[in-house]
Amino acid sequence: MNDVLDVALRLLIVFVVFLVAPLVVGQTEHKVMAHMQGRLGPMYAGGFHGWAQLVADGVKFAQKEDIVPAAADRRVFQLAPAVALLPYLLVLVVIPVGPGDGAVGQVVDAGIFFVLAVMGIGVLGSLMAGWASANKYSLLGGLRSAAQLLAYELPMLLAAASVAMAAGTVSLTGILDAFEWWWLPWQIIGALVFFVAGLAELQRPPFDMPVADSEIIFGAYTEYTGLRFALFLLSEYAGIVVLCGLTTVLFLGGWHGPFGADGLGWVWTLLKAAVLAFVVIWLRVTYPRLREDQLQKLAWTTLIPLALAQIALTGIVKVAIN
Amino acid sequence: MNLAAAAGHPGFLSPTGVEIAFLLVGVATLGAAVVTVTTKQLVHAALWLVVALGGLAVEYLLLTAEFIAWVQVLIYVGSIVVLLLFGLMLTRAPIGRSPDADSGNRWVALGVAAASAAALVWVVVDAFRATWIDLDGPAQGSTDVTGAFLFRHWVLPFEALSVLLLAALVGAIVLSRKNTESTQGTQGTQGTKDAAARRTATGDDPATGDDDATREDKS
Repeated sequence: MNDVLDVALRLLIVFVVFLVAPLVVGQTEHKVMAHMQGRLGPMYAGGFHGWAQLVADGVKFAQKEDIVPAAADRRVFQLAPAVALLPYLLVLVVIPVGPGDGAVGQVVDAGIFFVLAVMGIGVLGSLMAGWASANKYSLLGGLRSAAQLLAYELPMLLAAASVAMAAGTVSLTGILDAFEWWWLPWQIIGALVFFVAGLAELQRPPFDMPVADSEIIFGAYTEYTGLRFALFLLSEYAGIVVLCGLTTVLFLGGWHGPFGADGLGWVWTLLKAAVLAFVVIWLRVTYPRLREDQLQKLAWTTLIPLALAQIALTGIVKVAIN
Repeated sequence: MNLAAAAGHPGFLSPTGVEIAFLLVGVATLGAAVVTVTTKQLVHAALWLVVALGGLAVEYLLLTAEFIAWVQVLIYVGSIVVLLLFGLMLTRAPIGRSPDADSGNRWVALGVAAASAAALVWVVVDAFRATWIDLDGPAQGSTDVTGAFLFRHWVLPFEALSVLLLAALVGAIVLSRKNTESTQGTQGTQGTKDAAARRTATGDDPATGDDDATREDKS
């Protein structure tokens, strides 16, 4: 009975984090973007600096009418938001925030593979949405998502493989246990490749070609309204949380820090992930959207060779150490 | 753990919970696979394929082959189905039924499928008749075990397979480049003009990288 309670409690905590963390990132995005562009951002909802703006947005979304276009494929159209959102919940379960088995929802032996595999499913959601909407812009958005995913999955995998080689394990907790501070400079290329490819997989600016609003309205999500649209937005922010958490765990040492790793390890994890989330928002405000050919070129001619070079470097250093 | 497994003589008629789950997931997977080939809607077929492949991954998990299960999801669901959907959307993906999706060879195909299924089942049953997996013990298909097995006992086939994949890769590149060389060879001076036209065209209309290929074909 105790075991059941333990599992239930962990899953409950993961679920709460899954509901809260994306909102925090979203609100941070509102404020950070506003200040970087020399304006205030939402200020009224909730009183202090508009902290309740996203809650108000959620209420607004819930009140809207749920519309399915007449020509759309009903079932696939309605299923797509869930397919886009749920994988991130599953990924969140296996990300360790602190040392030991107590600070992770569930230890998975092949952690890296689990995480990358499940994240790949999320993109099926936007493909389904793009096709089922019966809208040319949506279909174009879906096509662009697929092309982008195909291009950026490989460098992401290769970069993650480099860390797995360095640690000698594919378990996320195992990688953190093996982490040393000098892995930071050693794996820095892999970290950059992983982060950039992850951004592209999330379709965040500057890789937001699939939802480019000035060209194809809102890509695969054009026909969505109300709660289903909100679920897509939520999955984007949940994706940011997951990507930042993963980059932290794989490349930045997770709960390792200059001091206090035993009791306050989870603070380090959250701090690093928060800084990365800030960088994600920063990139959105700073960089213009990449064109489709530039996107493909970046993946195939820059990121993949860099990731391969990182793997070679990892192998050489690993052999030299042994 | 049931009595039969404890006695070391597992039998067919004393199923444990895992075995029942295995059978049920197997039936669901088979159902999804049948729908994949019988549905009249092209994209639905691809999506049912996701269900079938996911069901297979669950089967691997139930057999404690964790590594294979996640690789199955990563490669098949995450990449191959996405490629399939990409191809469908790029060419023809109508909402609703595709009347031309049926093939006249369906009975021949059914025969071939049944024959190969029978052959596979026979070979697997014959080869692993006396092999039992202890589902309650430690994972026997963990990454550790799979890695050791693959790179200690099966290194040569593994490397041979990678050479085969490399050959396929090179072949794909050669096939896709052939067109370019022949157009440049026959048209000679016009090649540079075409290239310039293409550059401006892609500059104005950055829709897809495939535009290049279609323009090349026309010219």
